[in-house]
Amino acid sequence: MSEGHSTYTPKTGIERWFDARMPLPRLIYDSFVAYPVPRNLNYMWTFGGILSIMLVAQILTGIVLAMHYTSDTNLAFDSVEKIMRDVNSGWLLRYLHSNGASFFFVAVYIHIFRGLFYGSYKAPRELLWILGCIIYLLMMATGFMGYVLPWGQMSFWGATVITGFFSAIPLVGNWIQELLLGGFAVDNPTLNRFFALHYLLPFMIAGVVVLHIWALHVVGQSNPTGIEVKSKTDTVAFTPYATIKDAFGMIVFLFFFAYFVFYLPNYLGHPDNYTVANPLKTPAHIVPEWYFLPFYAILRAITFNIGPINSKLGGVLCMFGAIAMLFLVPWLDTSKVRSAVYRPWYKLFFWLFVADAILLGWLGSQPAEGSYVFMAQMATLFYFAFFLVIMPVLGLIETPRRLPNSITEAVLEKNKGGSGHPAGATAAPETKG
Amino acid sequence: MKKILTLLALLGLVVAGTAAIAAEEEHNPAAPTHFPINEPKEMSWSFAGPFGTYDKAQLQRGLKVYKEVCSACHSMNLVAFRTLEGLGYSDAQIKTLAAEYTIHDGPNDAGDMFDRPGKPSDHFPAPFPNEQAAASANGGAAPPDMSLLAKARGVERGFPRFIFDIFTQYAQGGPDYIHSLLTGYDQTPPAGMVIPEGTHYNPYFLSGVSLKMPKPLSDGQVTYDDGSPQTVDQYARDVSAFLMFAAEPHLEDRKKTGFRVMVFLLLFGALVYMTKRRVWADVAH
Repeated sequence: MSEGHSTYTPKTGIERWFDARMPLPRLIYDSFVAYPVPRNLNYMWTFGGILSIMLVAQILTGIVLAMHYTSDTNLAFDSVEKIMRDVNSGWLLRYLHSNGASFFFVAVYIHIFRGLFYGSYKAPRELLWILGCIIYLLMMATGFMGYVLPWGQMSFWGATVITGFFSAIPLVGNWIQELLLGGFAVDNPTLNRFFALHYLLPFMIAGVVVLHIWALHVVGQSNPTGIEVKSKTDTVAFTPYATIKDAFGMIVFLFFFAYFVFYLPNYLGHPDNYTVANPLKTPAHIVPEWYFLPFYAILRAITFNIGPINSKLGGVLCMFGAIAMLFLVPWLDTSKVRSAVYRPWYKLFFWLFVADAILLGWLGSQPAEGSYVFMAQMATLFYFAFFLVIMPVLGLIETPRRLPNSITEAVLEKNKGGSGHPAGATAAPETKG
Repeated sequence: MKKILTLLALLGLVVAGTAAIAAEEEHNPAAPTHFPINEPKEMSWSFAGPFGTYDKAQLQRGLKVYKEVCSACHSMNLVAFRTLEGLGYSDAQIKTLAAEYTIHDGPNDAGDMFDRPGKPSDHFPAPFPNEQAAASANGGAAPPDMSLLAKARGVERGFPRFIFDIFTQYAQGGPDYIHSLLTGYDQTPPAGMVIPEGTHYNPYFLSGVSLKMPKPLSDGQVTYDDGSPQTVDQYARDVSAFLMFAAEPHLEDRKKTGFRVMVFLLLFGALVYMTKRRVWADVAH
């Protein structure tokens, strides 16, 4: 899309002055006003905008919370309670921030699954996809460290378990773990460095988000048909078309977010985190936040040794491997067709994969005993098979459905079949919605 | 073919897994493996739901139960006397209430520690000087601080109830648990169950068959002056409601703000949606 010449014409003296020195207004105009987007984007494409406002909201609430928080193991828990009880609107800031993390992940999971469904990662969008995966990794690190800060029981024991993973790595494992902890166990140095990093990482996320959007604006958005934009009639201007649609998507999302913040603020948390951390008392079940549960289930599914790899290292490798799969997706998918809309078999396996991820999430919340272990092992097997077997093989053997010639043709076809309106031209006022 | 096989295998596994879980459920009543033995009873609370508010008379009764019974062993470190405004007390009443307590303060200008009557900005003083003293006076288990107890306790709801809870806004797991535990004493354990020495059987206890705390409440123990029944059940309800307040003093504020936010988002969303329809009206998509 970037090849298109800039259509920005400075109208006022100030704009001309800026344009000759640092064309920031031109950049904004070209990126968020004139930028052409496919006309057939559905509401799944509003999650990029939703994620942006969630990031901004997290940073803003987080900065104010940091003004009242104390990162000392003797004071951290009480300082959070001080925020909840005595800081003006502190309860609101804190519930917005803790539930905001969860809804940030809700949005990012929908965003990732949308990419998997519509093949948004395929050439020329591999780098765009990988930048997205990096953002996701940074989000996980930020979320994990943020959960440690209130210094409740789950904060402490979650941190103990997760940093324990690194000790499984041969040779350097213990060194990495001690570097992370700042000692031999989770303690004051751990809390301090986690607080520092929890403050730093969101700004790194913002940096990678800029790269992500830059890459997006070079290759242009994919769309539900997966067919590249071919002519001007395939696109509409970002403003007002995408802006207003994104705005509506954001408000609907904020409605669900507000429902949890105001009516179920502790639903997504664990009661044990309202008990101050006690290194001498292990909770009955240590569970991470819900958004890590599928990976936690994969970690615990490996209960057996494979040759020189013991079960602990195997679990850690599988857990990191599960995330690494995402980075490889652009090359694992061999299909020439992008969108699952035209791939009946891929569509079926995609939804099985969604079900599998949810099943893994539920298994991650259950104790690793009895039949749960076996179920987690099978679900893990399917998780990896989806990426390593189904994706490459399906692309070679599947017969895709007939693709329309262009986005415009797809839209007109749909409108003819769907609403019964004979919509021949682009500007047909009778085809609303 | 392979795909169909994978699909069938997956389905089979889910069925097998469910059956295995069902088989696991059968257990010996004298040696339970999952706690609590009985799930908490769901009570009706005035502060439940989107428009829930605290029943101030109930909170005042609950405070009385805390002061006369619980506070002998349980601290409530995070709650300041001034917070009790939320119970409907006037500034003067809170001053009087705080002054009933003796606060250890200091050092003064001469460098000495001294005792003085409490002020509204003071927090409830703890019954024991430290956790070790609390544990040693209570058979080895320190009674937990009560400031956040109503949010720090909750029995896992399990599938599919945790889904329904989103729609019913069930957030009363803490008070339900505390009420059930307080009214769950005096039951005969199943034949053959071993109750460790110095503990008390309670099928509602979250992490075992019995706990160190003996039955704390009995009928008529606390005198109510508003005519409410002086029964263990009523005491338990009142103190559970009070503990919810102690854990979440801004609950009413939260729900009130929430309603305004939801109404705003609905109206704003409707306007933006209509604008969106108008903007896209001339573009087939």
